[in-house]
Amino acid sequence: MTSPLEKKLKIAGPVLITANRLGDGAVIYRTADHGWTTDFARAAVVTTAPAASELLEAAIADDIGAVGAYVAPVKLDKDGGVRPGNLRESIRLAGPTIELPASAGMPVSAGL
Amino acid sequence: MYVYDEFDRTLVAERVAEFRGQVARRISGELTEDEFKPLRLMNGVYLQLHAYMLRIAIPYGTLSSAQLRMLAHVGRAYDRGYGHFTTRQNIQFHWIKLKDLPDLMADLARAGLHGMQTSGNCVRNITTDQWAGVASGEIEDPRISAEILRQHSTLHPEFSFLPRKFKIALTASAHDRAAVRVHDIGLHMHRNDAGEIGFEVIVGGGLGRTPFIGKTIKRFLPKRDLLSYVEAILRVYNQFGRRDNIYKARIKILVHELGAEAFAKEVEAEWQTIKDGALALDPALIAEIAARFRYPDYETLEDSPPQLAQARAADRRFSQWVDNSVSNHKLPGYSIVTLSLKPEGGTPGDATSEQMDVIADLADRYSFGEIRVGHEQNLVLPHVAQRDLAALWRALDAAGVATPNVGLVSDIISCPGLDYCSLANTRSIPVAQELTRRFRDLDLAHDLGRLHINISGCINACGHHHVGHIGLLGVEKNGEEFFQVTIGGRADEGARLGTLIGPAVPYAEVADVVEDIVSAYLELRARPDEIFLETVERVGVEPFKERVYATR
Repeated sequence: MTSPLEKKLKIAGPVLITANRLGDGAVIYRTADHGWTTDFARAAVVTTAPAASELLEAAIADDIGAVGAYVAPVKLDKDGGVRPGNLRESIRLAGPTIELPASAGMPVSAGL
Repeated sequence: MYVYDEFDRTLVAERVAEFRGQVARRISGELTEDEFKPLRLMNGVYLQLHAYMLRIAIPYGTLSSAQLRMLAHVGRAYDRGYGHFTTRQNIQFHWIKLKDLPDLMADLARAGLHGMQTSGNCVRNITTDQWAGVASGEIEDPRISAEILRQHSTLHPEFSFLPRKFKIALTASAHDRAAVRVHDIGLHMHRNDAGEIGFEVIVGGGLGRTPFIGKTIKRFLPKRDLLSYVEAILRVYNQFGRRDNIYKARIKILVHELGAEAFAKEVEAEWQTIKDGALALDPALIAEIAARFRYPDYETLEDSPPQLAQARAADRRFSQWVDNSVSNHKLPGYSIVTLSLKPEGGTPGDATSEQMDVIADLADRYSFGEIRVGHEQNLVLPHVAQRDLAALWRALDAAGVATPNVGLVSDIISCPGLDYCSLANTRSIPVAQELTRRFRDLDLAHDLGRLHINISGCINACGHHHVGHIGLLGVEKNGEEFFQVTIGGRADEGARLGTLIGPAVPYAEVADVVEDIVSAYLELRARPDEIFLETVERVGVEPFKERVYATR
C-alpha cells in the first residue's frame, strides 16, 4: 500500500490540513507555524500542491498531536473569508446538522 | 438474564487493564497510531468526524436494568447525555475522549459490559430475536446457543484475524425478527421430522456494497454440532476468503464465487474432521449454560384482565398503543412491550441518559429488571404483566418512548450518516426526521400498516436499506447529496433485496418521493389490509417508478 506521502498530491483549489486531536478526537487544523488549532480561521490555507504536501508531511509526522491528517478543500469568499469546501468539512467544523437529543453544548449548524 | 461467571469477569477486567496500558503508551507516544489503531478497534473504539466513538456490545440484545443504568452513566459522565442503539444490538457513544476510555471501560466492566467483538475482523457480537425466550411459539430460547457461540468466539485466536468482519445471527421462531438471512451465518432453529431440534444453516448473506441473501448449505444441523459446524465454516472462510481486496473479503463473495454447493462441500469436508472432537456439544454443557439464564419468577395470571379492558375503554391513546406496541407473551397474563425510539422529529435509535434511567427503573418495576434491544433500533420490556400495562404506558409516554408507531412508516431504521460517521457520503438522520414529520398522522400510519423505511448514508448499508420495504441509499454526486430509492426489500424469513426504481433523487426531494410512493400504494392496494410489500409483489415496481419520475 502506498503511504500518503508517496502519493503525488493533486489539489484543485485552496486547501488546508485537518485531523483529529489524539486525546479527545476534536477537529483540529494545521497552522502556518507548524502547530494545531481548533480555530478554523487560524488554519493555514495553501493553493499549490508542493505547499500542501509540505504542510501534510509535517502534520503526519506529528503522530502524538494529531490522528489521520489529510488535505481538505476550502472555499474563499470575495471578502477573503475562508469556508469549508464541502459538506463533510462543514459538519466537522460546525457539528451535526441536527439537534442533539440532550443539551449537549454543541452548536447546531444552520443553513446546511 | 444470563449471569456471567468468574471467568467472564476476569476476562473483561484483564482487558480493561490491558487497554489502560495501551492508551497510556499511545498518549505518551510509545505507540504510533498505526500500532494503536488495531488495538483500539479490538475494543470497539473508532475515530469519527467529531470525536472517538465507542461501540459497546449487548450480546443477543439482552440488558439488565443495572447495565442500562451503567449506559446512562456513560452517556452522562463521558459523552453528551445520550447514546445511539444500532442495527446490530449494540450501543454507540459518539463524543468520547480517548483519555477517558480506560476509566469508562472500568465502569462498564463493573456491569459486565465491554466493547469486544464490536469491531475488527473477528466474529462480531452475536445477535438474535429481541423476543428470545418470551415469544409465543418459539422452539427454545436461542440465546443459549448464542451464548455458546459468544463464549467460543470471544478472543478466539484462530478467528481474530479473519479476512473481514463476521456476523452471526440466530432465531428460534418461524417469523424471523433477527434478519438471519442477511448475515455471514444465519441460524434458523427448527424441528426435523423426528421432532429433534436443530438449525437451518444459511451462509453468505450480507448487505453493503455487494448485497446477497444467504444460501442454505445445511437444512438441518443437530444442536450438538453447532460449534463444530460453525467452526468448519470459519476455517474454510479463513483459508479461502480473499485478503487482497477489502471489497471482496466478506464470506458472501467467497460463497458467491465458489457457489453454495462447492462451498458446502468444503465445509462438510472440514467438519468431518472435527465434528466428533472437543467441539461436539455435550448435553450437560448445554444444560449448564442454559441454567445460567435466569428466568423471572412469573406469577400464574390470566390473559386480558378486567383492568386492562377498562383502561383501554377509558383512553383511546392507550388503546392505540396496546394495539401497536404490545405483543403476545408465551405465558398468559404477560405481554412483550416494544418501546419506540422513533418519536416525531427524533433520531432513530437515540436515547438520552434520563430516558435510559427511567426505562431501567420501569424494567425493575414491571419487567423483572430486563430490557432487550432490537435490530430495528427500539427497546423491549419482555415480561410485563397485562394488569400493569396502563401504569407502564403512562410512564413510558411521559418519557417519550411510547409513540405507537412500531412497524409503521415512521419506525425508520437509520444509520448515523454524515452527521457523525467518517464513512458516510450523505446525511441520513435529517431524512428520517423529515419523514417522521410527514407521517406524523398516526391514523394515516395505521391505515398504511406495516411499512419499513430503511436509510443508509453510504454503500456500507448500516441502515439496511437493501431490505427496507422502502430503502434509501445516500450517494454523493459532484458534492451534492442524492438518494437512490429501492422498494420491495424485506429482512424476515422471506428476505429479499429491494429493486432500484430509477435515478437517484436530490436530498431535498427524498421526503416528497417517499410520499409519492406511499400515495401510489394507497391507490394500488387491492384491499385495506394488503400491506405495501404485498402490493409491490403483486404489481411490480413500474407503477411506483412511473409515479415518482413522471413529473420529475
